[in-house]
Amino acid sequence: MKARRKEEGRWAWRLTGFVTVCVYIFMFAPIVATVILSFNASMFGGFPMTGFSLQWYGKLMANEPVLAAFRTSLWIALVTAGVTTVIGVVTSFALVRFEFRGKQALSTLVILPALVPETILGVGLLVLIKAVDQPRTMLLLVLGHILLAVPYVVLITQARMVGIRRVYEEAALSLGASRFSSFREITLPLLIPAVVGGALLAFTISFDNTSASLFWRPAGVETMPTQILSMLKISISPEINALGTVMILVTVGIPLLGGLILQSLTRLKRRDEPKEETR
Amino acid sequence: MPDRNDLSEVPRPVAAGVARPGAGAPAPSGGIGAGQPAVEFRDIDIAYGKFVAVRDFSLSIAKGSFVTLLGPSGCGKTTILRSIAGLVDISGGQIMIDGRRVDDVPIYKRNIGLVFQSYALFPHKNVFDNVAFGLKYRNVPKPEIVRKVGQALEMVRLPGSEKKLPSQLSGGQQQRIALARAIVFEPQVLLLDEPLSALDANMREEMRVEIKKIQKETGITAIFVTHDQEEALSMSDRIVVMNAGAVEQIGTPQEVYETPATAFVADFLGKANMLAGTVSRSGQAMAVVLATGQTVEVACPRPLAQGSKVTVVLRPQKLSVGAAASANRLSGRVVSASYLGGSAIYEIDIGGKTSIRANAPITGRVLREGETIDVGFDPEGCVLLDEDGQRIS
Repeated sequence: MKARRKEEGRWAWRLTGFVTVCVYIFMFAPIVATVILSFNASMFGGFPMTGFSLQWYGKLMANEPVLAAFRTSLWIALVTAGVTTVIGVVTSFALVRFEFRGKQALSTLVILPALVPETILGVGLLVLIKAVDQPRTMLLLVLGHILLAVPYVVLITQARMVGIRRVYEEAALSLGASRFSSFREITLPLLIPAVVGGALLAFTISFDNTSASLFWRPAGVETMPTQILSMLKISISPEINALGTVMILVTVGIPLLGGLILQSLTRLKRRDEPKEETR
Repeated sequence: MPDRNDLSEVPRPVAAGVARPGAGAPAPSGGIGAGQPAVEFRDIDIAYGKFVAVRDFSLSIAKGSFVTLLGPSGCGKTTILRSIAGLVDISGGQIMIDGRRVDDVPIYKRNIGLVFQSYALFPHKNVFDNVAFGLKYRNVPKPEIVRKVGQALEMVRLPGSEKKLPSQLSGGQQQRIALARAIVFEPQVLLLDEPLSALDANMREEMRVEIKKIQKETGITAIFVTHDQEEALSMSDRIVVMNAGAVEQIGTPQEVYETPATAFVADFLGKANMLAGTVSRSGQAMAVVLATGQTVEVACPRPLAQGSKVTVVLRPQKLSVGAAASANRLSGRVVSASYLGGSAIYEIDIGGKTSIRANAPITGRVLREGETIDVGFDPEGCVLLDEDGQRIS
């Protein structure tokens, strides 16, 4: 009886394991394939592998349009991350700490861009720009990316801000810190995990964005995703696999790195203090 | 001395707090307490929208005294404390700290020390940075900060804890650090918002003594908010009993306990017995027929007309049980008995669906439930309230 139940349990575990592995394969196989194929020596961007080679990366390094697109994407993402984080922190501070008319409406409106399909948003902004007769500029592209990233950053910082009790700020004020000082010394440091998380997310959102960028980019300007798209129109070159690998590295690596740095910072801080039992 | 307990009309500014903390009776004006009060409220109103949290609150607090605002939750005591700090805006009246009107002074320029129920130590700063916070914003030079923080930690008996984080301290230790942080820059007033409520019972008792000791040593003016009558009675020079946004009584712990000004005070502090009755014989030794039928003799400060409705307020400690009951004997039956070691608390049914609580020293054996017993009280040992629940004086 007991043995049978044990047997059943084992099968349940095996099934769970099998399903899990399948899901992971489904999720990561395309990524792994891209990475592996980027080292393929073959002229064609597909299996079978004919040998190991770094030539596609070399080609990439010499491909001026690709490098330009990379630089464009990088600085757009950085600006987006910076501006969005500031907007996010200020907005969530206002939404959590103050009571004002239309607060509910504002808090809904601020996350709306995340709910509207990107294509609609892309067309909408374009139509607006045309209506006021303005050219498509880099500024428009950056503003668009900020628009896309703000909701996520607000959501992240807001969740953290709710957890920071007001009494800390009150204590700081009572001790003589001005409102700005108490924000800088108390609220902001306690908010840092959300600030870093928000900035990284904003960076990836901007760096990855394809559909909206297609609408907004000025003539002749390519971001990484749009560059890949236009390359794909011509041929499936193994160079694209290399480019894809670089993209994966940046969009996965940067948040991962940020998280690790944050984690080690807190861990270091904790190790500094002597552990002592409370009486 | 004018009677400071009579608050049957609009409360007027009353000098709460005595010059020297710990003195048994209020000191006459003079000495340290003379001159400007440390904090003065003049007809304060505080409203949140349509809800009036505090109305017509006036109080004057002498320098160096320990004053407690006591009342049930929602009575406005915390609101008043926060209005001194500047965390709540007043809608009418004036608040003065050391003679300076502070209504328009922002909180960070008021120079007050604030201790919260939840400690509110900055979790990302160590003990040193927490305590030094107020000094830093007063541009105190670094070596001086180090010295003063050391002194303050010494005072709260946690020397050498500078490098620890708040999360590494127990609740009691955190509250000590919070206290050190609030007094290290020598504020004009120390405000304590239920600082003991979050602690467990043993720690609470210890901290009570500690806070009082530190307050005496530093001579700082302290305003303490609590709903715990024991804390209020044991720590304060003066108690301000509040209910529903208004003052019920201001007095020394003894005054407030022994001669409650209103039915609310009598009930809130120590759950006094309150027996309704009618005056049947006027005069110095007045007779009152209780609603339960018995007639008792009580001392009255002024003659009352025959037929006036009164309430006789009796502290459980003022009742004597059994053979000790001499005057005003009421016979009853013990409903419940709780043995407390030195004394016992009896609940005695005296008929007419009325039971009274007596706290009597134990002589011989403890009474059991169901026993018939006499209770009595001295004619001088009670307080009389009129129909509106105000003390007759």
